[in-house]
Amino acid sequence: MAFRKKAATPPPEPPKPRTLFEKIWDGHVVHRQDDGTCVIYVDRHLVHEVTSPQAFEGLRMTGRTVRRPDATVAVADHNTSTLPASAGGVDEESRIQIETLEKNVADFHVPYFGMDDPRRGIVHVIGPEQGLTLPGMTIVCGDSHTSTHGAFGALAFGIGTSEVEHVLATQTLIQKPAKNMRVAVEGSLPIGVTAKDVILAIIGRLGTAGGTGYVIEYAGRAIREMTMEGRMTVCNMSIEAGARAGLIAPDETTFKYLDGRPYSPKGGAWDLALSQWRRLPSDKNAVFDSQLDLIAADIPPMVTWGTSPQDALPITDVVPDPANAPDENRREAWARSLAYMGLTPGTKLVDVPIDRVFIGSCTNGRIEDLRAAAEIARGRKVASGVSAMVVPGSGLVKAEAEKEGLDKIFIEAGFEWRIQGCSMCLAMNADRLEPGQRCASTSNRNFEGRQGRGGRTHLVSPAMAVAAAIRGTLADVRDFQ
Amino acid sequence: MEKFTTLRGVAAPLPMVNVDTDMIIPKQFLKTIKRTGLKEGLFYEMRWTADGQKKDFVLDQPAYQNAKILVAGPNFGCGSSREHAPWALLDFGIRCIISEDFADIFYNNCFKNGILPIKVSKEIIAKLMDDASRGSNAVIEVDLEKQEIKGPDGGTVHFEIDAFRKKCLMEGLDDIGLTLEKKADIDSFEKKQKESQPWLNAAE
Repeated sequence: MAFRKKAATPPPEPPKPRTLFEKIWDGHVVHRQDDGTCVIYVDRHLVHEVTSPQAFEGLRMTGRTVRRPDATVAVADHNTSTLPASAGGVDEESRIQIETLEKNVADFHVPYFGMDDPRRGIVHVIGPEQGLTLPGMTIVCGDSHTSTHGAFGALAFGIGTSEVEHVLATQTLIQKPAKNMRVAVEGSLPIGVTAKDVILAIIGRLGTAGGTGYVIEYAGRAIREMTMEGRMTVCNMSIEAGARAGLIAPDETTFKYLDGRPYSPKGGAWDLALSQWRRLPSDKNAVFDSQLDLIAADIPPMVTWGTSPQDALPITDVVPDPANAPDENRREAWARSLAYMGLTPGTKLVDVPIDRVFIGSCTNGRIEDLRAAAEIARGRKVASGVSAMVVPGSGLVKAEAEKEGLDKIFIEAGFEWRIQGCSMCLAMNADRLEPGQRCASTSNRNFEGRQGRGGRTHLVSPAMAVAAAIRGTLADVRDFQ
Repeated sequence: MEKFTTLRGVAAPLPMVNVDTDMIIPKQFLKTIKRTGLKEGLFYEMRWTADGQKKDFVLDQPAYQNAKILVAGPNFGCGSSREHAPWALLDFGIRCIISEDFADIFYNNCFKNGILPIKVSKEIIAKLMDDASRGSNAVIEVDLEKQEIKGPDGGTVHFEIDAFRKKCLMEGLDDIGLTLEKKADIDSFEKKQKESQPWLNAAE
């Protein structure tokens, strides 16, 4: 039989290199319209008391149910008191909001970490702690700091209450894909410089709207060398640069953190998960729409001076002069910020006296944060006239800190040791600044009134917050090491 | 959701950058379990002194008390995801916000509440800000179908908007209802995912 040559077929095109974001996105598209609008599937939905009541009410009004209670978890964190119940609890409205959550989770069969559950805590602390946050997942919550979970290589972002209702009812969201930005921090961080300083430096460079429309993937040696706690701090504040989500490729550090957590996969499921997670990192030639490079060695301990997280400067710097602002908009914003903050241009930042110190929040309320803070606090005293408090991010963080004796170090140094919750990060409970009070805070927003009407917030790392507490002014932690 | 087709009303100027959602509605108003009645909290700290005296905030000035449109500085709505921000604006009567750019979550939240956020260039904002400062004469018309803004002196400018979001606003569509029509797709996605990633919800 004569040999017949097969018709020449073109070789298959090599698959297009994809970013971590694109891989997760592609893996969650349920339906794509011609215009690119997608219905994307949500693997995990975290719910808290402040942004969910109207969503559950919406379900009731339309006779809808929660599609995947098993993929949903609820906890009260924003409103809760950080004092023992004997101190009188919370105000009437907060009590109603917490009770409403309790009724909603019971009616709709949503798993709930209750008020007396030792695992209760800030939603973005307990998700990772429990292994509810896993690489490659899509995770949403009615809270902008949901970006925290991106530290695990999960696509995680904040949504509004209407979208909370949408996810409860359908387990999906209607979205278009974001653009990709890569922020690389090359080299190792100097002594005294932490993940918080890195993200403040990044936001200072990008600006508070620089990340709008993007998902930021953080990369580079300094990021790879960070612990999971540090990576969570970085991803947490992605939203302060306008990005909806931050991402870090999962690696051995990620897997080690997750291994054995209560909700992490076990046995054969773990092995299969691991093999899939290892394929998540961005492909070598993946294309990013935007790129920012920083050198770790150039990043000093940072502090914010104004009322936007982008107002970040090295602690060795001085309060800036609006006359030197890069444009008219900024000039006006800086002048307004300085008036609000009660600061004079040219003042050394280390000469700015403080009244309060807050250590905690979903940015810096984890065990490693408390260890770093305790290290500086050990054997030292909070300056007279300064009131300082430590609020662990979860009940388990609190228990671990107490096991390690960190609570005693703080108490001996003159800090208050509180019960877990969001606390003075947003001051929805009784923990708040009085008008004019100035606070060194490990939280994420220095907006006007954020920590209490007329309160003045300077964002810093946990170690820097302790340094400020001890000196009674903003301070350079490197002087304490 | 109320449909948005055309809107004619007084436009109030708010020429600040980075107006965050904490400013639009401070924390103490987030304790409600309802979507209504939030106008009391709108821009609260910019409208009231600490001891309860009215400041002269733009929306309290006689010319702007019935404003339906806000002409705002860039990065409007940054910060917290609180949907209380658009609820408070809507409760006051604002149905349209025009800015150079918006923060992502706020922008999205507007569409879910029948509010039209319009992005235009810096130059157009400068002109509209100027128009808006003419007090009660600052009547602006917005036509979503034509994607046009008509200023008080008759000049029109075109704006861009995502076609799908436009359709949803114009028809007052219920997102959840739309998605539930794709139930079969969601079912089949879940089935496939359960097979390929059994570890996703394997624990506990």
